[in-house]
Amino acid sequence: MSIDIETAARVAKLARIRVEDDALPALAQEFSNILGFIEQLNEVDVDGVEPMVSVEPMRLKRRQDGVTDGGMQGKILSNAPDAREGFFAVPKVVE
Amino acid sequence: MTDLTKLKISEARDALRKGEVTSVELTEACLVAIDQADALGAFVHKTPEVAMGQAKSADDRIKAGDAPDLCGIPLGIKDLFCTKGVPSQAASAILNGFKPEYESTVTSQLFGAGAVMLGKLNMDEFAMGSSNETSTYGNAINPWRRGNDDAALTPGGSSGGSASAVAADLCLAATGTDTGGSIRQPAAFTGITGIKPTYGRCSRWGIVAFASSLDQAGPMTKDVRDAAIMLEAMCGHDPKDSTSADLAVPNFEAMLTGDIKGKVIGIPREYRMDGMPDEIEALWSEGRRMLEDAGAVIRDISLPHTKYALPAYYVIAPAEASSNLARYDGVRYGHRAKLSQGDGITEMYEKTRAEGFGAEVQRRVMVGTYVLSAGFYDAYYNRARKVRTLIKKDFEDVFAEGIDAILTPATPSAAFELGKVHTDPVEMYLNDVFTVTVNLAGLPGISVPTGLDKQGLPLGLQLIGHPWEEGDLLNTAYALEQAAGFVAKPSQWW
Repeated sequence: MSIDIETAARVAKLARIRVEDDALPALAQEFSNILGFIEQLNEVDVDGVEPMVSVEPMRLKRRQDGVTDGGMQGKILSNAPDAREGFFAVPKVVE
Repeated sequence: MTDLTKLKISEARDALRKGEVTSVELTEACLVAIDQADALGAFVHKTPEVAMGQAKSADDRIKAGDAPDLCGIPLGIKDLFCTKGVPSQAASAILNGFKPEYESTVTSQLFGAGAVMLGKLNMDEFAMGSSNETSTYGNAINPWRRGNDDAALTPGGSSGGSASAVAADLCLAATGTDTGGSIRQPAAFTGITGIKPTYGRCSRWGIVAFASSLDQAGPMTKDVRDAAIMLEAMCGHDPKDSTSADLAVPNFEAMLTGDIKGKVIGIPREYRMDGMPDEIEALWSEGRRMLEDAGAVIRDISLPHTKYALPAYYVIAPAEASSNLARYDGVRYGHRAKLSQGDGITEMYEKTRAEGFGAEVQRRVMVGTYVLSAGFYDAYYNRARKVRTLIKKDFEDVFAEGIDAILTPATPSAAFELGKVHTDPVEMYLNDVFTVTVNLAGLPGISVPTGLDKQGLPLGLQLIGHPWEEGDLLNTAYALEQAAGFVAKPSQWW
């Protein structure tokens, strides 16, 4: 399957990664190569096969729905590129 | 005692307990070796103060008679593990400056057992790579060279720094992680031992996530006994990882008898690849003979879906990565791009991720985004998960027919030159052809050094075991190690 430049641009947008226009043709070509490799999977007969959910069958454990942690605002904000007045700060999102 | 850094965990443990050496002496010797080895690019964040503090406490514990096996043993820690107060950035620029406020479960178990952290080790960015060339820190270098040729070789990846550090005797052992072969391939390229346990044996909590259904931590060590000792300390149930297995962890070292009489070893015909170098073929036959001489029964087997493991992996792993790496948005930690006038939050995300992620990570995040996008989810992602079911069934079928372990080459070649395989991503992916099936099936796999090629580079064989039977697998590996008698070391040029 060949990926065109518009598709490459759409994927970059969905992934929230800025790709300059002049880099799109090479990116589209790389996607095409990788997807060409992946397309071998179409040779496999998967009729009636369940898609794998968990590699080792095990029942997920249950736990009390209770508070076990908290009260560490300072620690949570300590690595933020921009934290103000106890919050993460980002560019304006609401007009 | 001389050459303290060359000690194995088992030797150092015994010497520490007898009072022949202290952890402070061992740790100082490693720190000196690390400072002399900057040319290897293995240690990317050195933590001498942490190490000396831990070493002093370990010596006190040993004196008090409370000394678990790893007490006082100096280790290197892959940069993928979050270590409290110490840079942990998965070799990515997007985590520049990130110092976790918490400790991963695996490292906290190791340090709880008295182990000493010498520093953080180089790796491919977010563990995506097979040559350690995608790291923001630059390449890690293999201490091995081809004869007198001084061309820099890859230590493999993604745990390239771990492999280089252990092979060069900068630490006694190191942690690694393995999503498609990232412990076993670098171990094979550097003449050391590396085991990926069954999925669920080691907690993933606090390890930077790449592909959550495939990622497992494991030890990278100088021999099989050390792998058994260190694996036991890393394993165990953790309520903070919902896929962590609530199973007792056996004493793996006690299971190393070397007796494999009557064990049935499968040789999968699909692992004989076109264009496989004669030396790999010869090594494999040699391994088969060694296990036979040790009393094992060799049987040819078929794992018919082997060919489809790599393409399935290159759907599932990028899909999971695109989801896991969505968290790197420049808000909570790490890098945030400088914004221009008028840039809003979307521009912040897009610029931050374009600047922070390297080319291979961007490629995989976008491939993952594509295969999960509307209209392609069934064609790619669900189909790959169905193929994964078939790959696992291949193994279940041969195990049900009485196969105890499977012997394969660990890699399709010896270590290659840095900068040589870069151009085509798919060609780089082929490095994992023998290891990736094991991650897809969740099985334990171990790489054991068994010989040198004609240029003097180490080669390894892989053994694959039943789920949760790491002890039995380690014992088979121990028998192979004893028969192979691999003792070669790289000569020091750094």
